[in-house]
Amino acid sequence: MNAVKFLFAAYIATWVIHGVYLGSLVRRFSRLRQQAKEVKASGFRRSAPGFPRED
Amino acid sequence: MKRLFPILSVVTAILLAYALYQALVVAPTDAQQGEVYRIIYYHVPSAWTAFLLFFINFIASIQYLVSAKASTKKAADRIVIAIGVVGVIACFLPAVQKLIPAGMRPSAVATTVLLIPIFYVAIGKLFPGQRLDVLAVTSAEVGVVFCTIVLVTGPIWARPVWGIWWAPGDIRLTSTLVLWLIYVSYLVLRRFSNSAQTQMLAAALAVFGALDVPLVYFSIWFFRTQHPQPVIGGGGSMDPRMLQVLVINWMAFLCFAFLVCWSRFRLELLHREIEEGHALESLVGSGVSAKASLPLGRSSR
Repeated sequence: MNAVKFLFAAYIATWVIHGVYLGSLVRRFSRLRQQAKEVKASGFRRSAPGFPRED
Repeated sequence: MKRLFPILSVVTAILLAYALYQALVVAPTDAQQGEVYRIIYYHVPSAWTAFLLFFINFIASIQYLVSAKASTKKAADRIVIAIGVVGVIACFLPAVQKLIPAGMRPSAVATTVLLIPIFYVAIGKLFPGQRLDVLAVTSAEVGVVFCTIVLVTGPIWARPVWGIWWAPGDIRLTSTLVLWLIYVSYLVLRRFSNSAQTQMLAAALAVFGALDVPLVYFSIWFFRTQHPQPVIGGGGSMDPRMLQVLVINWMAFLCFAFLVCWSRFRLELLHREIEEGHALESLVGSGVSAKASLPLGRSSR
Protein backbone atom coordinates (compact mmCIF):
# COMPACT_ATOMS: atom_id res chain seq x y z
CA MET A 1 0.00 0.00 0.00
CA ASN A 2 2.88 2.31 0.87
CA ALA A 3 4.48 1.71 -2.56
CA VAL A 4 1.20 2.55 -4.32
CA LYS A 5 1.40 5.96 -2.65
CA PHE A 6 4.69 6.59 -4.51
CA LEU A 7 3.16 5.38 -7.78
CA PHE A 8 0.30 7.85 -7.58
CA ALA A 9 2.65 10.60 -6.40
CA ALA A 10 4.77 10.12 -9.55
CA TYR A 11 1.73 10.16 -11.87
CA ILE A 12 0.22 13.21 -10.17
CA ALA A 13 3.59 15.04 -10.22
CA THR A 14 3.88 14.39 -13.97
CA TRP A 15 0.50 15.92 -14.74
CA VAL A 16 1.03 18.81 -12.33
CA ILE A 17 4.27 19.71 -14.20
CA HIS A 18 2.54 19.44 -17.59
CA GLY A 19 -0.43 21.44 -16.25
CA VAL A 20 1.77 24.24 -14.93
CA TYR A 21 3.63 24.45 -18.25
CA LEU A 22 0.42 24.43 -20.31
CA GLY A 23 -0.98 27.13 -18.02
CA SER A 24 2.10 29.28 -18.64
CA LEU A 25 1.65 28.81 -22.41
CA VAL A 26 -2.00 29.90 -22.21
CA ARG A 27 -1.05 32.98 -20.13
CA ARG A 28 1.68 33.95 -22.61
CA PHE A 29 -0.71 33.44 -25.56
CA SER A 30 -3.38 35.70 -24.08
CA ARG A 31 -0.80 38.39 -23.24
CA LEU A 32 0.68 38.29 -26.76
CA ARG A 33 -2.78 38.40 -28.38
CA GLN A 34 -3.47 41.56 -26.38
CA GLN A 35 -0.16 43.05 -27.54
CA ALA A 36 -0.92 42.06 -31.15
CA LYS A 37 -4.24 43.92 -30.94
CA GLU A 38 -2.43 47.02 -29.65
CA VAL A 39 0.12 46.86 -32.49
CA LYS A 40 -2.68 46.48 -35.04
CA ALA A 41 -4.57 49.39 -33.49
CA SER A 42 -1.50 51.63 -33.72
CA GLY A 43 -1.19 50.57 -37.38
CA PHE A 44 -4.75 51.79 -38.00
CA ARG A 45 -3.95 55.17 -36.43
CA ARG A 46 -0.93 55.50 -38.72
CA SER A 47 -2.96 54.77 -41.85
CA ALA A 48 -5.63 57.29 -40.82
CA PRO A 49 -6.01 60.48 -42.92
CA GLY A 50 -3.66 63.24 -41.82
CA PHE A 51 -1.16 60.85 -40.25
CA PRO A 52 2.36 61.28 -41.73
CA ARG A 53 3.22 58.68 -44.37
CA GLU A 54 5.86 56.09 -43.48
CA ASP A 55 8.20 56.99 -46.31
CA MET B 1 -4.26 23.52 -40.14
CA LYS B 2 -6.55 25.30 -37.67
CA ARG B 3 -8.97 22.37 -37.78
CA LEU B 4 -6.21 19.81 -37.43
CA PHE B 5 -5.12 21.04 -33.99
CA PRO B 6 -8.41 20.35 -32.13
CA ILE B 7 -8.75 16.98 -33.88
CA LEU B 8 -5.21 16.00 -32.87
CA SER B 9 -5.86 17.26 -29.33
CA VAL B 10 -8.89 14.96 -28.97
CA VAL B 11 -6.97 11.99 -30.44
CA THR B 12 -4.05 12.64 -28.06
CA ALA B 13 -6.37 12.92 -25.04
CA ILE B 14 -7.97 9.57 -25.94
CA LEU B 15 -4.54 8.03 -26.49
CA LEU B 16 -3.24 9.33 -23.14
CA ALA B 17 -6.31 7.99 -21.33
CA TYR B 18 -5.89 4.61 -23.04
CA ALA B 19 -2.18 4.57 -22.17
CA LEU B 20 -2.99 5.37 -18.53
CA TYR B 21 -5.52 2.52 -18.44
CA GLN B 22 -2.93 0.18 -19.94
CA ALA B 23 -0.29 1.30 -17.43
CA LEU B 24 -2.46 1.01 -14.31
CA VAL B 25 -4.79 -1.88 -15.16
CA VAL B 26 -3.63 -4.02 -18.10
CA ALA B 27 0.15 -4.23 -17.52
CA PRO B 28 1.07 -7.15 -15.25
CA THR B 29 2.47 -6.51 -11.78
CA ASP B 30 6.24 -6.83 -11.41
CA ALA B 31 7.31 -9.86 -9.36
CA GLN B 32 10.09 -7.99 -7.52
CA GLN B 33 8.93 -4.36 -7.24
CA GLY B 34 5.17 -4.85 -7.11
CA GLU B 35 2.90 -2.01 -8.22
CA VAL B 36 5.44 0.79 -7.86
CA TYR B 37 7.30 -0.35 -11.00
CA ARG B 38 4.41 1.17 -13.02
CA ILE B 39 6.23 4.51 -12.67
CA ILE B 40 8.31 3.19 -15.59
CA TYR B 41 5.38 3.99 -17.93
CA TYR B 42 5.80 7.71 -17.23
CA HIS B 43 9.49 7.89 -16.34
CA VAL B 44 11.00 6.14 -19.39
CA PRO B 45 8.73 7.64 -22.13
CA SER B 46 9.39 11.10 -20.65
CA ALA B 47 13.16 10.46 -20.83
CA TRP B 48 12.96 9.23 -24.44
CA THR B 49 10.81 12.21 -25.43
CA ALA B 50 13.24 14.62 -23.75
CA PHE B 51 16.19 13.02 -25.58
CA LEU B 52 14.34 13.29 -28.90
CA LEU B 53 13.53 16.96 -28.31
CA PHE B 54 17.13 17.76 -27.33
CA PHE B 55 18.25 15.94 -30.48
CA ILE B 56 15.90 18.12 -32.57
CA ASN B 57 17.28 21.18 -30.76
CA PHE B 58 20.82 20.01 -31.60
CA ILE B 59 20.06 19.56 -35.31
CA ALA B 60 18.15 22.87 -35.54
CA SER B 61 21.03 24.67 -33.78
CA ILE B 62 23.62 23.21 -36.18
CA GLN B 63 21.44 24.15 -39.14
CA TYR B 64 21.03 27.67 -37.76
CA LEU B 65 24.78 28.09 -37.19
CA VAL B 66 25.80 26.86 -40.64
CA SER B 67 23.01 28.65 -42.52
CA ALA B 68 24.72 32.00 -41.88
CA LYS B 69 27.06 31.33 -44.82
CA ALA B 70 26.08 29.47 -48.02
CA SER B 71 29.48 27.78 -48.46
CA THR B 72 29.49 26.58 -44.83
CA LYS B 73 25.98 25.23 -45.26
CA LYS B 74 26.96 23.26 -48.34
CA ALA B 75 30.02 21.80 -46.61
CA ALA B 76 28.00 20.93 -43.46
CA ASP B 77 25.32 19.19 -45.56
CA ARG B 78 27.96 17.00 -47.18
CA ILE B 79 29.66 16.21 -43.85
CA VAL B 80 26.40 15.19 -42.16
CA ILE B 81 25.36 12.94 -45.05
CA ALA B 82 28.86 11.40 -45.08
CA ILE B 83 28.63 10.78 -41.29
CA GLY B 84 25.33 9.00 -41.82
CA VAL B 85 26.55 6.76 -44.66
CA VAL B 86 29.96 5.95 -43.11
CA GLY B 87 28.39 5.46 -39.67
CA VAL B 88 25.81 2.96 -40.91
CA ILE B 89 28.43 0.97 -42.87
CA ALA B 90 30.84 1.03 -39.88
CA CYS B 91 28.21 -0.45 -37.56
CA PHE B 92 28.36 -3.71 -39.53
CA LEU B 93 32.18 -4.00 -39.61
CA PRO B 94 33.49 -6.63 -37.14
CA ALA B 95 36.20 -4.27 -35.80
CA VAL B 96 33.61 -1.61 -34.95
CA GLN B 97 31.11 -4.13 -33.59
CA LYS B 98 33.65 -5.08 -30.92
CA LEU B 99 33.45 -1.50 -29.61
CA ILE B 100 29.65 -1.60 -29.30
CA PRO B 101 28.66 -2.40 -25.68
CA ALA B 102 27.44 -5.94 -24.98
CA GLY B 103 23.70 -6.31 -25.41
CA MET B 104 23.40 -3.38 -27.80
CA ARG B 105 22.42 -4.43 -31.30
CA PRO B 106 24.52 -3.02 -34.20
CA SER B 107 21.30 -2.54 -36.19
CA ALA B 108 19.95 -0.30 -33.39
CA VAL B 109 23.15 1.80 -33.44
CA ALA B 110 23.01 1.99 -37.27
CA THR B 111 19.38 3.16 -37.14
CA THR B 112 20.30 5.87 -34.61
CA VAL B 113 23.23 7.02 -36.78
CA LEU B 114 20.97 7.05 -39.85
CA LEU B 115 18.52 9.33 -38.04
CA ILE B 116 21.14 12.13 -37.93
CA PRO B 117 21.17 12.91 -41.71
CA ILE B 118 17.43 12.16 -42.02
CA PHE B 119 16.54 14.67 -39.27
CA TYR B 120 19.15 17.12 -40.57
CA VAL B 121 17.71 17.18 -44.10
CA ALA B 122 14.07 17.13 -42.94
CA ILE B 123 14.52 19.97 -40.44
CA GLY B 124 16.49 22.03 -42.99
CA LYS B 125 13.69 21.67 -45.56
CA LEU B 126 10.74 22.15 -43.21
CA PHE B 127 12.11 25.05 -41.13
CA PRO B 128 13.93 27.56 -43.34
CA GLY B 129 15.72 30.67 -42.04
CA GLN B 130 14.63 32.06 -38.68
CA ARG B 131 12.18 29.19 -38.19
CA LEU B 132 15.21 27.03 -37.32
CA ASP B 133 15.83 29.22 -34.29
CA VAL B 134 12.14 29.11 -33.38
CA LEU B 135 12.25 25.30 -33.57
CA ALA B 136 15.40 25.24 -31.43
CA VAL B 137 13.89 27.26 -28.59
CA THR B 138 10.62 25.31 -28.82
CA SER B 139 12.26 21.88 -28.60
CA ALA B 140 14.59 23.00 -25.78
CA GLU B 141 11.77 24.36 -23.65
CA VAL B 142 9.46 21.36 -24.07
CA GLY B 143 12.48 19.06 -23.63
CA VAL B 144 13.25 20.71 -20.28
CA VAL B 145 9.66 20.06 -19.16
CA PHE B 146 9.99 16.34 -19.98
CA CYS B 147 13.47 16.19 -18.41
CA THR B 148 12.01 17.77 -15.24
CA ILE B 149 9.46 14.95 -15.12
CA VAL B 150 12.29 12.41 -15.40
CA LEU B 151 14.14 14.06 -12.50
CA VAL B 152 10.99 14.19 -10.35
CA THR B 153 9.60 10.71 -11.04
CA GLY B 154 13.05 9.07 -10.76
CA PRO B 155 13.58 9.84 -7.05
CA ILE B 156 9.90 9.03 -6.30
CA TRP B 157 10.55 5.59 -7.82
CA ALA B 158 13.99 5.22 -6.20
CA ARG B 159 12.76 5.82 -2.63
CA PRO B 160 10.66 2.62 -2.24
CA VAL B 161 12.97 0.50 -4.45
CA TRP B 162 16.50 1.60 -3.46
CA GLY B 163 15.61 3.04 -0.06
CA ILE B 164 17.07 6.44 -1.02
CA TRP B 165 15.77 9.39 -3.00
CA TRP B 166 19.03 10.10 -4.83
CA ALA B 167 22.32 8.23 -5.26
CA PRO B 168 25.02 10.92 -4.98
CA GLY B 169 27.83 10.41 -7.48
CA ASP B 170 25.82 8.03 -9.66
CA ILE B 171 26.84 8.87 -13.24
CA ARG B 172 23.38 8.32 -14.78
CA LEU B 173 21.61 10.51 -12.27
CA THR B 174 24.30 13.20 -12.19
CA SER B 175 24.63 13.43 -15.99
CA THR B 176 20.83 13.73 -16.32
CA LEU B 177 20.84 16.57 -13.76
CA VAL B 178 23.72 18.25 -15.67
CA LEU B 179 21.76 17.86 -18.92
CA TRP B 180 18.75 19.56 -17.33
CA LEU B 181 20.96 22.38 -15.99
CA ILE B 182 22.57 22.92 -19.42
CA TYR B 183 19.21 23.36 -21.12
CA VAL B 184 17.86 25.53 -18.30
CA SER B 185 20.94 27.76 -18.75
CA TYR B 186 20.21 27.77 -22.51
CA LEU B 187 16.69 29.07 -21.82
CA VAL B 188 17.98 31.58 -19.25
CA LEU B 189 20.51 32.86 -21.81
CA ARG B 190 17.76 33.40 -24.35
CA ARG B 191 15.50 35.02 -21.78
CA PHE B 192 17.92 37.56 -20.29
CA SER B 193 20.61 38.28 -22.89
CA ASN B 194 20.15 41.53 -24.81
CA SER B 195 22.99 40.92 -27.25
CA ALA B 196 22.32 40.79 -30.97
CA GLN B 197 24.36 37.58 -30.95
CA THR B 198 22.05 35.79 -28.48
CA GLN B 199 20.64 33.40 -31.06
CA MET B 200 24.12 32.40 -32.25
CA LEU B 201 25.42 32.01 -28.68
CA ALA B 202 22.40 29.93 -27.70
CA ALA B 203 22.85 27.72 -30.78
CA ALA B 204 26.52 27.16 -29.89
CA LEU B 205 25.60 26.32 -26.29
CA ALA B 206 22.94 23.89 -27.54
CA VAL B 207 25.48 22.06 -29.75
CA PHE B 208 27.83 21.55 -26.77
CA GLY B 209 24.94 20.77 -24.43
CA ALA B 210 23.70 18.01 -26.71
CA LEU B 211 27.00 16.18 -26.19
CA ASP B 212 25.71 15.29 -22.73
CA VAL B 213 22.79 13.29 -24.20
CA PRO B 214 24.96 10.32 -25.39
CA LEU B 215 26.78 10.43 -22.02
CA VAL B 216 23.45 10.09 -20.20
CA TYR B 217 22.26 7.34 -22.50
CA PHE B 218 25.43 5.24 -22.58
CA SER B 219 26.49 5.81 -18.97
CA ILE B 220 24.73 2.66 -17.79
CA TRP B 221 26.75 0.59 -20.24
CA PHE B 222 30.16 2.04 -19.51
CA PHE B 223 29.97 2.78 -15.76
CA ARG B 224 28.80 0.95 -12.67
CA THR B 225 25.64 2.73 -11.61
CA GLN B 226 22.76 2.29 -9.20
CA HIS B 227 20.41 2.86 -12.13
CA PRO B 228 19.15 -0.40 -13.72
CA GLN B 229 20.18 -1.55 -17.20
CA PRO B 230 18.04 -0.32 -20.12
CA VAL B 231 14.84 -2.23 -20.74
CA ILE B 232 15.32 -2.23 -24.52
CA GLY B 233 18.46 -3.12 -26.43
CA GLY B 234 20.59 -3.55 -23.33
CA GLY B 235 20.20 -7.23 -22.64
CA GLY B 236 17.38 -6.64 -20.15
CA SER B 237 14.49 -9.08 -20.14
CA MET B 238 11.14 -7.35 -20.06
CA ASP B 239 7.78 -9.07 -20.28
CA PRO B 240 6.39 -8.50 -23.82
CA ARG B 241 3.10 -7.24 -22.33
CA MET B 242 4.99 -4.67 -20.25
CA LEU B 243 7.01 -3.65 -23.31
CA GLN B 244 3.83 -3.18 -25.34
CA VAL B 245 2.33 -0.90 -22.67
CA LEU B 246 5.61 1.04 -22.52
CA VAL B 247 5.51 1.65 -26.29
CA ILE B 248 1.83 2.71 -26.12
CA ASN B 249 2.68 5.21 -23.40
CA TRP B 250 5.62 6.54 -25.39
CA MET B 251 3.43 7.02 -28.48
CA ALA B 252 0.87 8.89 -26.35
CA PHE B 253 3.56 11.15 -24.86
CA LEU B 254 5.08 11.74 -28.30
CA CYS B 255 1.70 12.93 -29.61
CA PHE B 256 1.31 15.13 -26.53
CA ALA B 257 4.83 16.57 -26.98
CA PHE B 258 4.08 17.27 -30.64
CA LEU B 259 0.96 19.25 -29.73
CA VAL B 260 2.77 21.20 -27.00
CA CYS B 261 5.65 21.96 -29.41
CA TRP B 262 3.16 23.10 -32.04
CA SER B 263 1.55 25.52 -29.56
CA ARG B 264 4.93 26.79 -28.35
CA PHE B 265 6.10 27.24 -31.96
CA ARG B 266 3.04 29.37 -32.78
CA LEU B 267 3.56 31.34 -29.58
CA GLU B 268 7.16 32.11 -30.56
CA LEU B 269 6.14 33.16 -34.09
CA LEU B 270 3.46 35.48 -32.68
CA HIS B 271 6.00 36.94 -30.24
CA ARG B 272 8.47 37.67 -33.05
CA GLU B 273 5.76 39.25 -35.22
CA ILE B 274 4.87 41.60 -32.35
CA GLU B 275 8.57 42.41 -31.76
CA GLU B 276 8.89 43.27 -35.45
CA GLY B 277 5.74 45.38 -35.22
CA HIS B 278 7.21 47.30 -32.27
CA ALA B 279 10.54 47.68 -34.10
CA LEU B 280 8.70 49.01 -37.17
CA GLU B 281 6.78 51.46 -34.99
CA SER B 282 9.96 52.78 -33.39
CA LEU B 283 11.67 53.08 -36.79
CA VAL B 284 8.73 54.99 -38.25
CA GLY B 285 8.51 57.09 -35.09
CA SER B 286 12.18 58.07 -35.35
CA GLY B 287 11.82 58.91 -39.04
CA VAL B 288 13.97 56.04 -40.32
CA SER B 289 12.78 54.30 -43.48
CA ALA B 290 10.58 51.32 -42.75
CA LYS B 291 12.41 49.51 -45.53
CA ALA B 292 15.48 49.26 -43.29
CA SER B 293 16.30 45.79 -42.02
CA LEU B 294 14.55 44.99 -38.75
CA PRO B 295 16.15 43.36 -35.74
CA LEU B 296 14.72 39.89 -35.31
CA GLY B 297 12.85 39.18 -32.13
CA ARG B 298 14.34 37.14 -29.33
CA SER B 299 12.69 34.21 -27.63
CA SER B 300 9.33 34.60 -25.98
CA ARG B 301 9.26 36.09 -22.52
